[in-house]
Amino acid sequence: MNNNMDYVLDVKNLSTSFISDRKEIRIVKNVSLRLRRGTTLAVVGESGCGKSVTVHSIVKLMPKNAKVSADHVIYRSAKDGKEYRLDQMEPFGTEMRKLRGAEIGMVFQDPMSSLNPVYKVGDQVAEGLIQHTGMSKAEAQKQVLDMFRKLGIPDPESRISDFPHQFSGGMKQRVVIAIAMICNPDIIIADEPTTALDVTIQAQIMELMKSLQVNDHKSIILITHNMGLVAEMADEVCVMYMGRVMEFGSLEDIFENPSHPYTQALLRSVPVLGLAEGQELGTIPGITPNPADLGPGCEFADRCPFCQDRCRQKDIPRFEVSPGHYVRCLKFDSFQEVD
Amino acid sequence: MAEKELIFQIKNLQMWFPVRKGFLRKTTGHVKAVDDVSLDVYKGETLGIVGESGCGKSTLGKTIMMLNTPTGGQVLFNYEGQFKDITKFTSQELFQFRKKVQMVFQDPYSALNPLKKIYTAFEEPLKVHGVNSKEEREKIMEDVLKMVNIQPDYLLRYPHEFSGGQRQRLCIARALEVRPEVLICDEPVSALDVSIQAQVLNLMKKIQKDLGLTYLFIAHDLSVVQYMSNRIVVMYLGKIVEIADSRALYDEPLHPYTRALLSAIPVPQIHQEKKRIVLPGEVPSPIRKPAGCALHPRCPHCMEKCKQVDPVLTRYKDGEHMVACHLYGAES
Repeated sequence: MNNNMDYVLDVKNLSTSFISDRKEIRIVKNVSLRLRRGTTLAVVGESGCGKSVTVHSIVKLMPKNAKVSADHVIYRSAKDGKEYRLDQMEPFGTEMRKLRGAEIGMVFQDPMSSLNPVYKVGDQVAEGLIQHTGMSKAEAQKQVLDMFRKLGIPDPESRISDFPHQFSGGMKQRVVIAIAMICNPDIIIADEPTTALDVTIQAQIMELMKSLQVNDHKSIILITHNMGLVAEMADEVCVMYMGRVMEFGSLEDIFENPSHPYTQALLRSVPVLGLAEGQELGTIPGITPNPADLGPGCEFADRCPFCQDRCRQKDIPRFEVSPGHYVRCLKFDSFQEVD
Repeated sequence: MAEKELIFQIKNLQMWFPVRKGFLRKTTGHVKAVDDVSLDVYKGETLGIVGESGCGKSTLGKTIMMLNTPTGGQVLFNYEGQFKDITKFTSQELFQFRKKVQMVFQDPYSALNPLKKIYTAFEEPLKVHGVNSKEEREKIMEDVLKMVNIQPDYLLRYPHEFSGGQRQRLCIARALEVRPEVLICDEPVSALDVSIQAQVLNLMKKIQKDLGLTYLFIAHDLSVVQYMSNRIVVMYLGKIVEIADSRALYDEPLHPYTRALLSAIPVPQIHQEKKRIVLPGEVPSPIRKPAGCALHPRCPHCMEKCKQVDPVLTRYKDGEHMVACHLYGAES
């Protein structure tokens, strides 16, 4: 099992459903993904495809009406070399709380609403540190200062006692990243970290995250809908559609050899700078279906140009088209099937 | 296009919002949302307006439609060869003018009244603009819905029964009812997913071709704007910093801000060596704009002159390409 230590997070067949109106609606279905240590895994997909639900299920930040099941969710800590079975832990039990924040940090989408407006930012960043290590407030403040410096927040000595409304969007997102980073976690989960920001500020934040990964050897899960960001940040890519991983592979696999019809269509429909005049964007016909009335078979069948009868009959298995490159599509049924 | 015909001529348009403070609500300053903007719009073209949040691009769109009363400048509109200044229009004249210029807004969820059927929402502008016979109104409604590929029997549905992309198509259809010449689109696709976004963009292109419309396309996403537009206007803090043909802007961006903006956009291609210009700091508040060139505190090429003199928009090499930067002013 030695080579498994490479994978800091190993998720197998994770499913999440929500109970509403006494009906159970499956939002995430049999998602398997692995995060290699020191790399970035991008989870891409359109809104409602379950990318946020997947990672929230992994860290067990789910509302009460959610039902999560998995074959296993394993976190391998670099600090003590132990394996933790996240799927067997109580969502808000001591074990899980020890890991969340300390070993797995999270950065959420909207920096405006992820900070408490009535506490000083310095205290908000220090809170996690005091909770997890039990150090004194003065010591914690010192570390917060160092973190602010590292993240390029100008004039940290005075900024530390400012309130969130005194910060701009980009600076707020830096504070949120500081909260995620302060306990020196192995994994950072960034859920659309720059969607609310302007492009030039997005560029700053992304450079920052990249440098954290390279210098501090962090593993990052980046959730995004922006294919451009994926191309710049990711080492491995997981393409999701309607709660399923449609395609999983290295950056080169996804961009140079996109195999699933959905990945191909998605890449064609993104406007790229410098398109030649008269060149048309590809479109995906139809609309994303409602997860409540999905039938058996492939979720993409209704919008797929290659759809056949057999696509609608039963669950589509994963095929390994090349080492580490998995596609959930019957076009590739000549390849090795993996579960 | 051999002879390009002007449709809008915007001269030194200014939209300052007063900032009031204290008990007597004294005006202590102005938010210079649109500051001395001059711009020509030609018939049949798509003019893209880009910039980051707060740069005044939406205010510019609204001010051109006279939804804000500008604090200065002129907006001339081409009435069959005659240019009339719409800032001086009476409300009756404005009412007629708005038949020629329509607007599509960002959020298709809030642009349709949730309590009214699509039929009612679509009938209203026609009634207001004096299409009195019911048959005629229904004919027009059917026509515009066909243009955006929505079945006419959907008229009897409520907005919540439609997806985001369909709603945005409905908003476009409603704007087309009065047969406008110009459509001002304020971030029409930013609320939509990429696959849906491409559908709406392609549809808008097709409609433009069929009806010979002029688009003012306002968006923050430069790749979307470049896909849609013939010419692009780049704004920063209420001012135009560069106007260029969309291809030229991509091939040869002149203004340091445009260059930084272009380099900041992540490209969905791998193995691309790219030099990224990261502008330090943030966009200053439009209430306290820096003296001289608004970009100077962040600009990598800042000179002494930039701190004092605000550069004016000048032609670069006597072409269509215009830029407001001292780097290019000195030679010509």
